[in-house]
Amino acid sequence: MRTAGIDVGSLTGKALILEDNRILSWSLVSTGPDSAETAKEATDIALQKANMTLDKLDYIVSTGYGRVVVPFAHRNITEISCHAKGANWFFPAARTILDMGGQDCKAIRCDGTGKVVNFAMNDKCAAGAGRSMEVMADLLHISLADMGGLSLQMVNGEVPVSSTCVVFAKSEVLAHLRQGTPRNDILAGLCAALATRVYGLLKRVGIEPEFVISGGIGKNIGVVTRVEQKVGLKANICFEPQIVGALGGALFAREMLEKQKKRSAAAA
Amino acid sequence: MIANYGYADGSGEYFITIDTDRCDGCGECVKVCPRGLFEVAPDDYDNLVARVKDEFVKKVSYICPGYHRCSSQGADCHSACAREAIAHTW
Repeated sequence: MRTAGIDVGSLTGKALILEDNRILSWSLVSTGPDSAETAKEATDIALQKANMTLDKLDYIVSTGYGRVVVPFAHRNITEISCHAKGANWFFPAARTILDMGGQDCKAIRCDGTGKVVNFAMNDKCAAGAGRSMEVMADLLHISLADMGGLSLQMVNGEVPVSSTCVVFAKSEVLAHLRQGTPRNDILAGLCAALATRVYGLLKRVGIEPEFVISGGIGKNIGVVTRVEQKVGLKANICFEPQIVGALGGALFAREMLEKQKKRSAAAA
Repeated sequence: MIANYGYADGSGEYFITIDTDRCDGCGECVKVCPRGLFEVAPDDYDNLVARVKDEFVKKVSYICPGYHRCSSQGADCHSACAREAIAHTW
C-alpha cells in the first residue's frame, strides 16, 4: 500500500511517500505563488526519489495552507490533525506538540493514538513564526541556519525585543544595532520573544509529557532551547521536523484506504 | 477535542472554545448567533460538529462582541447549547 501526504505550507511545500509503514522518500520545496504548482513540484521530486510515478500512489491526502488547491489529492485534512498523527508516529508517547511553521504556530495536545484532544493556533500574524526569523536573519546579514547557535553565544545577555509585531521588532533591532548592541544579544532577544509567544499558546492547551516540536523552527536551537526552559521538558525533534505534517497526511491516507477496503469487503 | 478558535494579540486573549466531544452537531448555536459565526461541518475524523467559520477565525474579537455583552442582549450561544460545549475567553 503506497500513500502520500502533501503539505503545502505558507513558505515550504512538503511531500512524503509512505509504503505500508516505511517512509520511501520525501521532499521540501519553497512555496511559490501558485500552490497547486508547488504541490506538484514537491510530489514530483518525492516520486522521483522513490523511483515511482503518480499512478502508483493508492491514496493522497493534502494538508497545510494550500491543501484545498492540490488537484490530485483524494482528500484534504487540516494540518493540526496531520501534525498530531505524524508526531505520534515518530514518538508514540507524544502528548504535546508544538508546530512552529512559516507563518503560524500551533499548540496541539493528542492522545496515545495521535488523535487531537485540544488545539490552539496563532495564525493572525506571522510574528513569532518562521517568516519573522527570516526577516531578522536578512536584517542582521546572517544565515537562517546560524541564528539559533549564535543566539546562545551572548556577550552581555539578551536584550528585550517586542514580542508582538515583526515590523516594530525590526525597528527595535535597528535601534539596538545603532547603539552598538552585540548582534548575538539581539538574536538572543528575538529567540526569547518567540519562545515567550509560543509558550502562551502551549499553556492554553495544557502541557503534558512527552513534548514534541515540529516545523521549520524546530531546527533553530536558540528557540528550541528557550522553549524547553520555559516548558520544563526536553523536546523530541525528529530528523527532519518539516515533514511531520506530510507524514501525518500519508498516515491519514493509509487509514482512509484501510477503511475503504473494509467497506468494500463488507459489501462483497 | 477542545478546539480553540481565535488568537492572543496585544489587547488580550480572544478564543472561542468548542468541545467537540460534547457537541452533537444540533446546530442551535448556528441559529442563535447574531453574527453568523458558527457552522456545522464534518471534522477530520468525520464527526459532524460545530466550528467557527474559517473566514472569522482571524477576526473573532471584531465580529463577536464577547459572551457577556451578547448574553445581556437576549439569546447567546452558551445558553443555546444544551450540552454546554461552547466557551469564550472574553
